[in-house]
Amino acid sequence: MTTATLRPVAKPSLWQRLPVVHQLRQSVGVQRGMLVAGLVLMAIFILTAVFAPLLAPFRFNQLRDASGTFGSQQPPSAAHPLGTTVGGYDVLSRVIWGAQTAILVIVVAVLLSIFIGVLLGLVSGYFGGWPDRVLVVVCDAIYAFPSLLLAIVMSIVISGGKSDLAGGILAAAISITVVYIPQYFRVIRAETVRIKAEAYVESAKVLGASSPRIMFRHVLRNATRTLPLIVTLNSSEAILTLAGLGFIGFGIEPSSAAEWGYDLNKSISDVTSGIWWTALFPGVAIVLAVLGITLVGESLNDLADPRLRGRRAVAKASGEVAETSVVPGGTLDGGPGGIRGLEDGESFDEHGIEVRS
Amino acid sequence: MSTVAMAPEADKLPAARKASSGGGLGRYLVVRFLLIIPTIFILVTLVFVLMRTTGDPITAALGGRLTPEQLADRIHQAGYDRPIIVQYFEYLGQIFTGNFGTTISTKRPVLEVLTTYGPATFELAFYSLIVAFLVGIPLGMLAAYHRDKATDAIARISAILFYATPVFFVGLLLKLVFAVWLGWLPVAGRATTASELEMNFLPNKTGFYTIDAIQTGNPEVVSDVLSHAVLPAIALGLLTAGVFLRLVRTNVIGTLSTDYVDAARSRGVSEFRLVRKHAYRPALIPIITVIGLQIALLLGGAVLTETTFEWKGLGFELVEFIKARDFVAVQGIVVLLAVIVAFTNFIVDIIAALIDPRVRY
Repeated sequence: MTTATLRPVAKPSLWQRLPVVHQLRQSVGVQRGMLVAGLVLMAIFILTAVFAPLLAPFRFNQLRDASGTFGSQQPPSAAHPLGTTVGGYDVLSRVIWGAQTAILVIVVAVLLSIFIGVLLGLVSGYFGGWPDRVLVVVCDAIYAFPSLLLAIVMSIVISGGKSDLAGGILAAAISITVVYIPQYFRVIRAETVRIKAEAYVESAKVLGASSPRIMFRHVLRNATRTLPLIVTLNSSEAILTLAGLGFIGFGIEPSSAAEWGYDLNKSISDVTSGIWWTALFPGVAIVLAVLGITLVGESLNDLADPRLRGRRAVAKASGEVAETSVVPGGTLDGGPGGIRGLEDGESFDEHGIEVRS
Repeated sequence: MSTVAMAPEADKLPAARKASSGGGLGRYLVVRFLLIIPTIFILVTLVFVLMRTTGDPITAALGGRLTPEQLADRIHQAGYDRPIIVQYFEYLGQIFTGNFGTTISTKRPVLEVLTTYGPATFELAFYSLIVAFLVGIPLGMLAAYHRDKATDAIARISAILFYATPVFFVGLLLKLVFAVWLGWLPVAGRATTASELEMNFLPNKTGFYTIDAIQTGNPEVVSDVLSHAVLPAIALGLLTAGVFLRLVRTNVIGTLSTDYVDAARSRGVSEFRLVRKHAYRPALIPIITVIGLQIALLLGGAVLTETTFEWKGLGFELVEFIKARDFVAVQGIVVLLAVIVAFTNFIVDIIAALIDPRVRY
């Protein structure tokens, strides 16, 4: 990764320290356009979620106002700019409130999977032995499996299919978490295995530092530089998984929260009869949210790879990377099984994580 | 587990690496095949434990509709009141003999559900892979060749759009525009009732509608079946096309800057031929490996696509079983799909090893 991401990120919030500004300055042309577009979309998404109560004309579960019920499948009008759904909800309000549900799920899912995945990867990679082998095999097995199916199984386990807002969000988030833990685990474990062979870890050992201290102060700080990238990719996939779950009937009930996938599921029959507004708007909301996050993730990824970075920027930035690299001896693909998988070639698997053949 | 999953493993364990690289392809084949077993075992165990922690499937399916006594009776009959470990080993034994359980709602063996609906899913996945190749590879090459130009930007943004748009939303949009508004293509299903009837009379029908339609020898049936497949295949195919596009682009960019391409260029090889022959071939190898991982994506996407288009395949059935709260069937299908994914990955890895000797070592 670049200079800025190599700074220690152990301080409170990873998001605050996401070094986007540096990447913005580094980028040129199309790449800058993509990054800016992504950031704008993300900002709109987050602001919509935060200010949903102010922005939405109605509650997500509101069926009537002072002038009576909204009516079912009403085309867009002055009262309902985006029309109403088959269940008689206001489409615009559901789309706006849906952003909030999506953000909540992303935050819970990403925090949980980072926490568990990083911890497991760190401990497993650092201590090795048979628990490490077992974890690797288990994670690989989960990793190769269709994530949506796993999420379905988890939803059945957690909520038996249907639930209220808190339960539904938690169920969706935990389902998604289980799918993503292996990704964090693999990346952090590979980094840990590489870093624990470094000279500074050995000198820490000689100085008598305890294992937890070495793990968290020396190894973790140097192992987290690919995390921002995985977080962005996972967030976008979390939205898709949530929507997918909603679409096949594991949605959060419309009375407890607005969820885009659920609304799309209900619009399947509308589409057949030519009613477009119930499907179009929640769908566009999903696309824009995922697009924003993916554009940012993609740009971060490309800027991290000198070969993919816009050409004019290469000469300027590649020198910096080598000088300030905190990896001793430091090319980024040094070390066994190191970060190569994320730097070398852009092969994405179904989770949007890069893989190497 | 795929090669991808194994690669870091092999890197980190020099001893294991040495052992598995000794015998070349034959040995790789055996080791790779044996690795399927723990993968399937882990997934089966995981799904079993997870599903059973929620309680027994009979209460889930019929709870509230039967009296507690009847319910207890049914649970006892099905053996769900025995210790979980006993049930687990019984389940493992059943799976080993190819018995994936019997659905509660329709009382059919899960394996029969597979043979009935599997061909539909296979057909859908096959067609969408064709779409993915046709769209992804040429666009990827184009983007790589016009790197950092407008063409590249458009191709890359469409790749991201393909990824960002859920298959079911693409499906709904395609359906709205091409089936409902324009009326060019059918709205849903795999064939019209008339075609299905005609295919039903075939002596040896396969369940693969394309093959069956050709068997009838009736061009109308063939075109009917094919026209039903167009929209679902595009919806599902575009998702994979985006992945291929990015992959081809990156790899072609990589190979275009290699010495042998420079050498070829200096010999006066045309630019078209450079991309088409020199840079493109080596860029295909990673695609073959990634197809293995795409199978998982395709199966997940198939569940959603089939629901969108009422395409009566495994995914559609899975959702029906979920609605019926028939978790024996859900568990059976999920485990079955796990087996399919594991075996497909195995086959893809073998093909990759045959093509690229580096994979074996």
